[in-house]
Amino acid sequence: MSKEPVAVVGIGQTQHTAARRDVSLAGLVREAALRALEDAELTWADIDAVVIGKAPDFFEGVMMPELYLADALGAVGKPLLRVHTAGSVGGSTALVAAAQVAARIHRTVLTLAFEKQSESNAMWGLSLPVPFQQPLLAGAGGFFAPHVRAYMRRSGAPAGTGSLVAYKDRRNALRNPYAHLHEHGLTLEKVRSSPMLWDPIRYSETCPSSDGACAMVLTDRAGAARAPRPPAWMHGGAMRSEPTLFAGKDCVSPRAGRDCAADVYRQAGITDPRRQIDAVEMYVPFSWYEPMWLENLGFAAEGEGWKLVESGVTELDGELPVNPSGGVLSTNPIGASGMIRFAEAALQVRGEAGEHQVEGARTALGHAYGGGSQFFSMWVVGDAPPPG
Amino acid sequence: MREVAIVAFAQSDHRPDTADVSEVEMLLPVLRRVLDDVGLTAGEIGFTCSGSSDYLAGRAFSFTMALDGVGAWPPISESHVEMDGAWALYEAWTKLLTEEADTALVYSYGKSSPGDLREVLTRQLDPYYLAPLWPDSVSLAALQAQALIDAGETDERALAGVAARTRSAAEDNPHAQLAGSAGPERLLDTPYLVRPLRRHDCPPIGDGAAAVVLAAGDTARRLCRRPAWIRGIDHRVEPHALGVRDLTRSPSARLAAERAGAFDAPVDTAELHAPFTSQEVILRRELRLGEDVSVNPSGGALAANPMMAAGLIRLGEAAAAIHRGGSDRAVAHATSGPCLQQNLVAVLEGDPQ
Amino acid sequence: MTPAPSSEALQAPLVVEFPFTRSLGPVQSAFLTGLRERTVLGVRTTDGRVLVPPVEYDPVTADELRDLVEVAPTGTVTTWAWNPSPSRGQPLDTPFAWALVRLDGADTALLHALDAPGPEAVHTGMRVRIRWAPERTGAITDIACFTPETGAAEASEPASHRGAFTDPVRGIVAPARLDYTYAPGRAQSRFLAALADRRTVGERCPSCHKVYVPPRGACPTCGVATAEQVEVGPHGTVTTFCIVNIKAKNLDIEVPYVYAHIALDGAGLALHGRIAGIPYDQVRMGLRVAPVWTEDGRYPDHYRPTGEPDADYDTYKELL
Repeated sequence: MSKEPVAVVGIGQTQHTAARRDVSLAGLVREAALRALEDAELTWADIDAVVIGKAPDFFEGVMMPELYLADALGAVGKPLLRVHTAGSVGGSTALVAAAQVAARIHRTVLTLAFEKQSESNAMWGLSLPVPFQQPLLAGAGGFFAPHVRAYMRRSGAPAGTGSLVAYKDRRNALRNPYAHLHEHGLTLEKVRSSPMLWDPIRYSETCPSSDGACAMVLTDRAGAARAPRPPAWMHGGAMRSEPTLFAGKDCVSPRAGRDCAADVYRQAGITDPRRQIDAVEMYVPFSWYEPMWLENLGFAAEGEGWKLVESGVTELDGELPVNPSGGVLSTNPIGASGMIRFAEAALQVRGEAGEHQVEGARTALGHAYGGGSQFFSMWVVGDAPPPG
Repeated sequence: MREVAIVAFAQSDHRPDTADVSEVEMLLPVLRRVLDDVGLTAGEIGFTCSGSSDYLAGRAFSFTMALDGVGAWPPISESHVEMDGAWALYEAWTKLLTEEADTALVYSYGKSSPGDLREVLTRQLDPYYLAPLWPDSVSLAALQAQALIDAGETDERALAGVAARTRSAAEDNPHAQLAGSAGPERLLDTPYLVRPLRRHDCPPIGDGAAAVVLAAGDTARRLCRRPAWIRGIDHRVEPHALGVRDLTRSPSARLAAERAGAFDAPVDTAELHAPFTSQEVILRRELRLGEDVSVNPSGGALAANPMMAAGLIRLGEAAAAIHRGGSDRAVAHATSGPCLQQNLVAVLEGDPQ
Repeated sequence: MTPAPSSEALQAPLVVEFPFTRSLGPVQSAFLTGLRERTVLGVRTTDGRVLVPPVEYDPVTADELRDLVEVAPTGTVTTWAWNPSPSRGQPLDTPFAWALVRLDGADTALLHALDAPGPEAVHTGMRVRIRWAPERTGAITDIACFTPETGAAEASEPASHRGAFTDPVRGIVAPARLDYTYAPGRAQSRFLAALADRRTVGERCPSCHKVYVPPRGACPTCGVATAEQVEVGPHGTVTTFCIVNIKAKNLDIEVPYVYAHIALDGAGLALHGRIAGIPYDQVRMGLRVAPVWTEDGRYPDHYRPTGEPDADYDTYKELL
């Protein structure tokens, strides 16, 4: 018996900001969940199960917060599952929910991911001191910057590539009302001259720390047929993991990312991603990761990703728009960031992306990653049901 | 629906303190044993899923270190729940039903010894109204036990009987942290820990790990002489606030059992994740277990309760009973959250012997 | 070789502590502000039940709840437990009862401490009254505890309440401290013991033969225990690096400085360290370095150039 096709019929996200001081944790997740339900024109009673994800519990200082959030998510009397796969969790959470529909365990599942980073401090949560261990000497960006330098050495990418990506994403964010950063006066020159924090990474090339949540309603064929707006159809989904650190690890282009992309393309029947995919929402916490992932995901040959950036291919009006929403560089509630990528990809193929809609997008990729570039989750969504 | 079975189970010896080993060092031998049992390598497994909690270790992303024990190279299809491993098993079961994988490795581990578990678990509670009061897990269970006593559903003597029965059963479990017990009358002579609970009513605090392998259809038959077929599995959650729940009941356990098909035919064995004696009383009733059912022959969570693994161990123990022909139809249960807030029930069966 | 006996495994205290800042939704804000004003508010559900403490969302229907009512500061114990040894952070520091209390006018119970002389003085169904904290800030701890009460329940219908107070509480600060004892395990303990002699000792995987530094107990690609100890370094090669221009809060290092990945000779992967003894803008990939120790440091303070010719890119590109 083949899998049940999975459709995205509802999408909701919160207003993302540095600190949502007007809501509790429950209020935050609720805002996204209600918007997803409204989009799908469904009520709590229509939801069979809830799958929730977020990054480390220490961010909010609540252990397994889904226990407390059960009431707010309408999960009482229903199955409630909590996923945590580091930064990729938003994507993984959606895939776990999708599998419940695909396996015909449930017909309609609410999936949601959130982070309320203002309850603590992201750097604190990410770098709890561990006795005996050498402290990380460099802060958040310092963890990534050496890999960027390795990429530059390997590819010969010019030093200005990162600024081009950052400028593009921040401009795209101006078209996205939910984005955290709306930098109206930003110019490429300002990005280029922003302080060099962790050389080769500049201030304007780094992601913010946000409060936010994202939710989706996933359903089966029958549910999609009742949907008030066009659904997005899942054509492939995959997760891949590799160890945090190991001898032979390629931190620039991790094999787990390549394998994950290959799997999801195989499922979706994609043989030439550059031509067959119309829009990409990829997880780019530091702007340099756009050219790196373009190669890792097979959109460019090894060492050529920066050329796509430089030639404008990844601009909103380019041949392969990347992060039309503004991406993680403009909005980063860590646990939700992956699901926002998945949801924005779905919005594109539904034609519901508003001012950041990519004209005629029919196939889109949502991408998330986390840990030490070790956990990957991706999906490909389309405007038509998968064949078969 | 595709046939999926538990085909192998392994667990560590559960100990009050494992400061001599890291988490991955504790987990590694368990992973090796369960994989060796089916003759598979990590690379031959279709899907891997684990359960653990950062709050036990006091470290963010602690599960990423445990992954070192798997041998995730070339990269594997893998996921993690911040829940007991029983829910990781649920996720893996789902994956097998999609037919994207034929086998799954499920593992979980928890070291309670680094912290003060009773204090750590207060962080699970409503962060506005409850967590600031630091009500510890034993006290919350004691509130539930008192409600049960007030309702006439049990008494302290009966609870001591549960403790004596399960810990005596644990004498046959080489992995148990606590085994053997004085008789109920003697137990009642001991002081209260948090009245109405005495020490014997409470689980030991300790460290441990567990792993199972799931397989579908003919793969399961090839890997295991008598697979423990998962006939049904379901989980449900209740409201969080204790004051809005009837603490003497567990409607979520009842509903999960119904959905898992627990009431479709009698079971001979039940492995219940009841860390407190009073919770066994509640679960027996909700799962409609009669006196003819062998409840917690392993000793249950009263013999060993490694957080995040104890629920998965219930599924593993029930499966192992089927593997060795000691059970034909068993129910396994896992719980999470204060006072049985969240419950999972699985029904396992062996082919006719 | 045999693993080190457990007595050699290290342990150290680990404190996880943070004052979490929690913003409040309107119902929580009204309830906690009310406590500050010695007023207990509940919330009415669509089916008419009164929930105290008031939650934002109906546990049964998931509806958002906003309809506030005032209930009495007296109530009835629905269940209790005697806590003979209070721990840090709990409401009272002398033995007390935890109690679920249904306040008069409410349909659900609130958890708090009950101050009573002993367990014999507590029973389900007993009447209790709130004892207010002398200084109240708008938090659940504004209720100091409950105390035994003699009066019978008043059968009064809870009155509607607008929930409006001057200077409402919009957030709480919830300090949380947890104390752990961290134990790094056998492999890391062996590594740290060698470091004390200023030797860097990795462990070789019996399967793939790669040398892990620092060792973590398992070869992550093969999933087997590492055990054979292999001394690496002391010299190594900078594989990649960044120049840190912003001062990290917890570090006392003058910026700019270079944070580098360093593959010690013989190691299967790079570790990280600071490069000094050379102007920061002259550090390059392939630079050959050696550790510099300070008297009391567990790890090298930094790495300095050795003066050897730079390593060829091909010799370390697999370690990037």
